[in-house]
Amino acid sequence: MEHKEYKSVNKSVRKKDAMQLLLGKPVYTNDVVPRDALVVKLLRSPHANAIIESINTDTAKKVPGVVDIFTWEDVPKTRFAIAGQTFPEPSPYDRLILDRHARFSGDAVAIIAAETEKAALKAMKLIKVQYRVLEAVLDFRKAKDNPVLVHPEEDWFPPCEVGGDHMRNLVASDDERYGDVEGIMAQCDVVLERTFHTKAYNQAMMENFTCYANFDRYGRLHVISSTQIVFHTRRILSRALGLPKSRIRVEKPRIGGGFGAKQTAVCDVYPAFVAMKTGRPAMITYTREESQIAGSPRHEMEITLRLGATSDGRIRAMDLYTLSNTGAYGEHGPTTVGLSGHKALPLYTGSLEAFRFRYDVVYTNHQAAGAYRGYGATQGIFAVESAVNELAEKLGMDATAIRDMNMVREGMVMPAYYNEVADACALDRCMDHCRRIFNWEERSKVRDMGNGKVRTAGVAMAMQGSCISNVDVGSATLKLSEDGTYNLIIGAADMGTGCDTILAQMVAELMDCNVDDVAVFGADTDVSPYDSGSYASSTTYITGQAVVKACNQLKTRICAIAAGMMGCEEDEVEFASTCVRRVNSDDSVSLTDIAYKAQIGNTIPAESTATHTSPVSPPPYMVGMVEIELDRLTGKVDVLDYMAVIDCGIPINPALATIQAEGGIVQGIGHTLMENVTYDQSGRPAEASFMQYKIPTRLDVGRLKIEFEHSYEPTGPFGAKSIGEIVINTPAPAIAHAIARATGVWHSELPITPEKIAMSAEK
Amino acid sequence: MITIQNYVRARSVEEAWQLNQNKRNRIFGGMLWLRLGRGSVNTAIDLCDLGLDTIEENEEQFSIGAYVTLRDIELHKGLNTYTCGAASNAVKDIVGVQFRNMATVGGSIWGRFGFSDVLTLFLSLDSYVELYKGGIIPLCQFVSMKPDRDVLLRLIVKKTPGKAVYTSMRNQRTDFPVIALALSKINGEYRASVGARPNRAFLVRSDNAEGFAQLVANTVPTGTNLRGSAAYRTHLIRALCDRALAELEVM
Amino acid sequence: MEIRFKLNGKAVTASVDADTVLLDLLRDKGCLSVKRGCDTSNCGLCTVLMDGKPVLSCSALAVRADGREIFTLEGLQEEASDFAGFIADQGADQCGFCNPGYVVNTIALLRENPDPTDDDIRAFLAGNLCRCSGYEGQLRGIRNYLNSRKA
Repeated sequence: MEHKEYKSVNKSVRKKDAMQLLLGKPVYTNDVVPRDALVVKLLRSPHANAIIESINTDTAKKVPGVVDIFTWEDVPKTRFAIAGQTFPEPSPYDRLILDRHARFSGDAVAIIAAETEKAALKAMKLIKVQYRVLEAVLDFRKAKDNPVLVHPEEDWFPPCEVGGDHMRNLVASDDERYGDVEGIMAQCDVVLERTFHTKAYNQAMMENFTCYANFDRYGRLHVISSTQIVFHTRRILSRALGLPKSRIRVEKPRIGGGFGAKQTAVCDVYPAFVAMKTGRPAMITYTREESQIAGSPRHEMEITLRLGATSDGRIRAMDLYTLSNTGAYGEHGPTTVGLSGHKALPLYTGSLEAFRFRYDVVYTNHQAAGAYRGYGATQGIFAVESAVNELAEKLGMDATAIRDMNMVREGMVMPAYYNEVADACALDRCMDHCRRIFNWEERSKVRDMGNGKVRTAGVAMAMQGSCISNVDVGSATLKLSEDGTYNLIIGAADMGTGCDTILAQMVAELMDCNVDDVAVFGADTDVSPYDSGSYASSTTYITGQAVVKACNQLKTRICAIAAGMMGCEEDEVEFASTCVRRVNSDDSVSLTDIAYKAQIGNTIPAESTATHTSPVSPPPYMVGMVEIELDRLTGKVDVLDYMAVIDCGIPINPALATIQAEGGIVQGIGHTLMENVTYDQSGRPAEASFMQYKIPTRLDVGRLKIEFEHSYEPTGPFGAKSIGEIVINTPAPAIAHAIARATGVWHSELPITPEKIAMSAEK
Repeated sequence: MITIQNYVRARSVEEAWQLNQNKRNRIFGGMLWLRLGRGSVNTAIDLCDLGLDTIEENEEQFSIGAYVTLRDIELHKGLNTYTCGAASNAVKDIVGVQFRNMATVGGSIWGRFGFSDVLTLFLSLDSYVELYKGGIIPLCQFVSMKPDRDVLLRLIVKKTPGKAVYTSMRNQRTDFPVIALALSKINGEYRASVGARPNRAFLVRSDNAEGFAQLVANTVPTGTNLRGSAAYRTHLIRALCDRALAELEVM
Repeated sequence: MEIRFKLNGKAVTASVDADTVLLDLLRDKGCLSVKRGCDTSNCGLCTVLMDGKPVLSCSALAVRADGREIFTLEGLQEEASDFAGFIADQGADQCGFCNPGYVVNTIALLRENPDPTDDDIRAFLAGNLCRCSGYEGQLRGIRNYLNSRKA
């Protein structure tokens, strides 16, 4: 699709912080805070479900360097949620800072504040806890209506009605229907029913959870946190600590990766509480083990899908049931599950006549799950795309041809996606494009390479959203400086993705200046205009549109100041990059002069703040194809080539969009082939370190190739949609497809380890 | 993490040995595994000043100091010529270059770790350990000895005529192996050393290539851990051994 | 214990415990480029050069630095600047938390092998994990740098 040629948008501009990051400058939470903060450590429960009968900290407190130790008796009794979501949160208020009831192996039992880490660790060993160990709910298939309750407490509180009932271990539940599913299934030539199982993958961002808190010169709590959600964190802390929001300031420096993990205030309450109690600066940094066992991983899901089709490949009905394991606390439980249906089923809008989507989200005594890139869509797409691939194989059809027949196309109304219209959809072109560059016809054939090795390929499609419609709010403040440059202030969080840069590119495009002339700052609750935060793929689409509005408004104001200077009406002038001109004359005033004028006897602000929200969440679309070499003897799978074509509207920065895609695909490869989550008897993940939780190295990923198909989303900035999350969705179904083509076995549980492949092929 | 009270750079092997007689003291190599323990060490004994970080090669043998790093093994021309590259293949997937610059041969051998590629490799060769008090003993004998308070000085690999192949199966490239296999033919004898089964490397010998892979698979006891089941490991032993034999034959 | 070593070209002394790891000592000395990503020697974020060789400072005892020469990225700015811009052009810096470790290790690679193949690069940097970039952009950046040197 042709699109307008831009000056700064759709250009591969270097990230504004790139050289700082590459040269190792001190820009992260641990680097920027004072070195004399108290070290905060948490004693964690070794039991999955236990009541603290007694806890004695007397001896531990005597360790030299220990400042204080806090237990459940010392904390406020107000329950809260740590999910970074807009108020009222769909996530239940089911946490205390410390609870007498330990609900998973790793749950916090005591907070230790000490001068040194050594002292804190020594004290940890000396805290004496007597637990009454209870039976635990460790199988999420048996959680609903289990007599053992994870949250029996009376003050459990859901701010939103989402079908939950804590007396049934149920966080959320729903049943949605469109059309006559059973009637159509009965008419179908083929009905495929399959059950899929995906694990509680860890985001494994390189920077562990970390947060610093101090009381500043005004006696306000100043929190510096590695977070995607400064405003939500302020609200969460306000409730948890009982402090007014005016007395809390939350800011984020650079963030060492998030992928959704830092959309939950995992560790922030602890140092904040310590600072409040001791009056001293306090700092917590999780070890990798803590990030692995007490973080905020993906929701484990079991998805049962019934798919009905005609013998010529028309997919007419789908019936999807998702069981989601939210773990011991309900962060993001009620919301992630929705995406397993709403961002998988609409891919087949082209032919789907009826669907049913039911779900239950259950509590268990596992680590609490949270938000992870893809947010439920990844799990649903693995199920739906795997089933469609198997259907194609069953019908003797090419897996791309069956999608040509059934996929959603531009202009269609998507009943499974809240009846939104696919206003910008190049999924069909993505498929054609990917088929061509990948050479699908040849490479999808199963080729014997000798010595037990075969090569073949797999395919999958994906979609996501571009925000949470009618909820997410993004804002931007743009200020003109005296030399005609700009300051852009945002509340969205650049966690490495480059949003600071792409938003500056938008400013540069609209204000007709260089990207270098736009300084970006974010995020700080004292300074930034309100933004829900960086999640739900919303920053480009929502905050980007706020930037567009702010630019247009600032132009109007600049013109108004200039008109006053030139003694004419506002409609007689036009904004012209470095100056404002009076039309049909030689008169003009420079931006510098306008900026200085704005500082003398002036009432028109040379700045503007704009806010945006959207009634729709336009999906980006994507096709991924993978070629593998599979060793039938050992079961080893080598990813040789991964190619993807993405419709994100228009990439604001193609280089950064490409890296987003490559990074997401590699995470997906990890989840599909090597990252596993198994549990010891106490329900603690056995993969509690990078020695056991194996994310892909650069030797594990093969070659990647990313291209784009442009569409134009009328509600997005410059026609843009999102990119950040969708990219993690195709690897699991595409690789599972290739493995099935190579071995004849359809694997429905992730990860598909070499052992599973070798041992299932043997039978 | 392990806690350590004192640190001593030994000035002689005798001093190291003396210090090491105290059970609360420990000799350490690269510190990569030792430091992950939860215990407490009184004195950490460092042998770095004792000249144990070189590989000496003569007509008969390689003498590999206990402080030679895995990276040294990977890059040593003579050792890799003699082992047909098996030495390099055995270590090149261990975590990363930085790790291999620190991990020592002595640490790997002394630890007799189940996952050790290094032990697996050298067990398939005509190898000996040199202990300060215990003298020179065959590696295959050392493997089954209980750790005592002696000091490991060197690993000796005789240049007995032969050839070798090293192969392993890993779920992720730089992970511990699910199974590791070093196969050699030395003086006409086939020696299969199987590591990561998941216990410490186990040696099977035979004069016959025929049926050898099956023999190894039948003989080597396997177990289950996070990385694989006993049955899968046994399956892998057979598969990798077949392939290694074929590779060895064309060398 | 008192130790003396050279840090980024300057002689320094430090008082450390026997079990202080080099990473913590270096951060105390203001070398904040050195990052901790795991506790099990698996991620490569803490890579520094000890007597010219890349090592994991999370796993080296600080006392082992006694008498040796340590370089962190703070002392390798010029050498890093030669190629860092090429990685920036790919957008492959991303969150940046792994950057110091893999930039230092890339320096070690290029000193040892000034003209590496793509496979050489992948193998040498295999111990440097990155969760953001998918690695390909890092490789493209290094490759473009090497090509620019030949031009």
